[in-house]
Amino acid sequence: MAQTHLPLAPQRGYGETTRKDPWWLPTLGTFIGLSGFIVYMTWAGMQNEHFSYQGYLSPAYSPLLFWTDPEGVTGLAGAERFAYFGPQPSWWPGAIPFLPALLILWAPGGFRITCYYYRGAYYKAFWQSPPNCAVGKPHKTYSGERSFPLIIQNIHRYFMYLAVVFLFILAHDVYLGMWFIDPATGAKSFGIGLGTIVLALNVTFLSAYTLGCHSLRHVIGGFKDRISGAPIRKSLYKGCTGLNKNHMRWAWTSLVWVGFTDFYIRMCSMGVFTDIRII
Amino acid sequence: MSKTVTFRITRGTGEKTELVDYQTEVGEGMVVLDAVHQIQAESAPDLAVRWNCKAGKCGSCSAEVNGMPRLMCMTRLGEINLDEPVTIEPMRTFPLIKDLVTDVSWNYEVKKRIKKMKPRKPDNEDGSWLMDQEDVERPQEFRKCIECFLCQNVCHVLRDHKLHAEFAGPRHFVYAAQLEMNPIDTADRLEDLKGPDGIGYCNITKCCTKVCPEHITITDNAIIPLKERVVDKFYDPIGKLFRVFSSRDS
Repeated sequence: MAQTHLPLAPQRGYGETTRKDPWWLPTLGTFIGLSGFIVYMTWAGMQNEHFSYQGYLSPAYSPLLFWTDPEGVTGLAGAERFAYFGPQPSWWPGAIPFLPALLILWAPGGFRITCYYYRGAYYKAFWQSPPNCAVGKPHKTYSGERSFPLIIQNIHRYFMYLAVVFLFILAHDVYLGMWFIDPATGAKSFGIGLGTIVLALNVTFLSAYTLGCHSLRHVIGGFKDRISGAPIRKSLYKGCTGLNKNHMRWAWTSLVWVGFTDFYIRMCSMGVFTDIRII
Repeated sequence: MSKTVTFRITRGTGEKTELVDYQTEVGEGMVVLDAVHQIQAESAPDLAVRWNCKAGKCGSCSAEVNGMPRLMCMTRLGEINLDEPVTIEPMRTFPLIKDLVTDVSWNYEVKKRIKKMKPRKPDNEDGSWLMDQEDVERPQEFRKCIECFLCQNVCHVLRDHKLHAEFAGPRHFVYAAQLEMNPIDTADRLEDLKGPDGIGYCNITKCCTKVCPEHITITDNAIIPLKERVVDKFYDPIGKLFRVFSSRDS
């Protein structure tokens, strides 16, 4: 059959669309939300003070691999008990500021940056590729995640393995948050404060986000065509799928709560907030 | 509800097109396709529009209503602001034949090149297979596809960059997932998905999922699982090593 080759419609200009809804609103919201979080967490990670209070340790500093000299900074009294490997290593070059948060934040940061949900969100909000569905984009060429640098996104599952380990560490932080020190005697006693609840919610939201990860869903069962054969695998896959359905919601909830948890502990440490003891 | 509404409809062929205003009286319960038919009957008998079932099952009346890819037969006028002109345009990703009709035949060519089902040896002597309902349900979702090609239309890889030669598009990833996840299929499509089908072009903006009239979770249930299978095969050396020692297979 003879075929006529018809031309394709030319590429629309940047932002050009016949959509009449406020399509730019969710894109702008994502831009503001993610930018705000990145700015706050970078600032918090560089403060190197007021990241712990009583048994509470900010998730921005957890796990605390080393503690820095408490005499040199403020708000760190007692922080050494959170450190896994003792004080700041003596071999650390004096010219480089020792920032324990930056030693660990690359792991959860890498997990979020390579997350399938966030990828779609920030490609739209930051790279405008596209600004939103059926809206003209600013780029004339495109290579997607096929070649360098975005092909690196395929590393996501390795960050996911690390993120799962972080959940155990953050759960341990909740346990530590149940022990309060009497400033007069130095004796430890069990209790639950508002900060304990904040930390518990933090690990809960992060678990809902991490355990609904697309890569986790794949490695625990999605790679199989026949899932029904193994009952435990089937249950895990189903649970993961259930969380995955709300992955975006958990991604945002956990993001906001991580920031809030650091803020709450910071404010308690600075004496702005008074932590309420429930038990 | 009875109201005179302006519809701004694409008219023309190929690259010579313009938006033309038509006014018609609309009533309660009408869909966009009803209004287009009414305009055809009243003032534009040569207006080209493809349609068939008027029930959202044939996938023929795909178009862009107020800039969003939609089936005209499933878009109620009650959902749209009728105080402003309603824009109706053809799909931008495919060559325009006339007015609202595009040539979607490229999709059928792409589909032909996807490896067909290659069933494993039958489980029973009568040549049948045994499958658990739960294993059937996963690929079953993809069988809802009506091939309206709205997902192809909204995907910026095709729509903006015209990478038709290097990218199969969401519809065909759904088709590939339907075959890949079938428990009795043994064919391997991962090399094709990574190579000529260009799954790596997808940057997961989920626009395809948003416009699917059958509500298929295209990105989360088809494209990302396929991307993960491609990672298994090509980008995960540790996983590969693990599989050597654990005999993990699909």
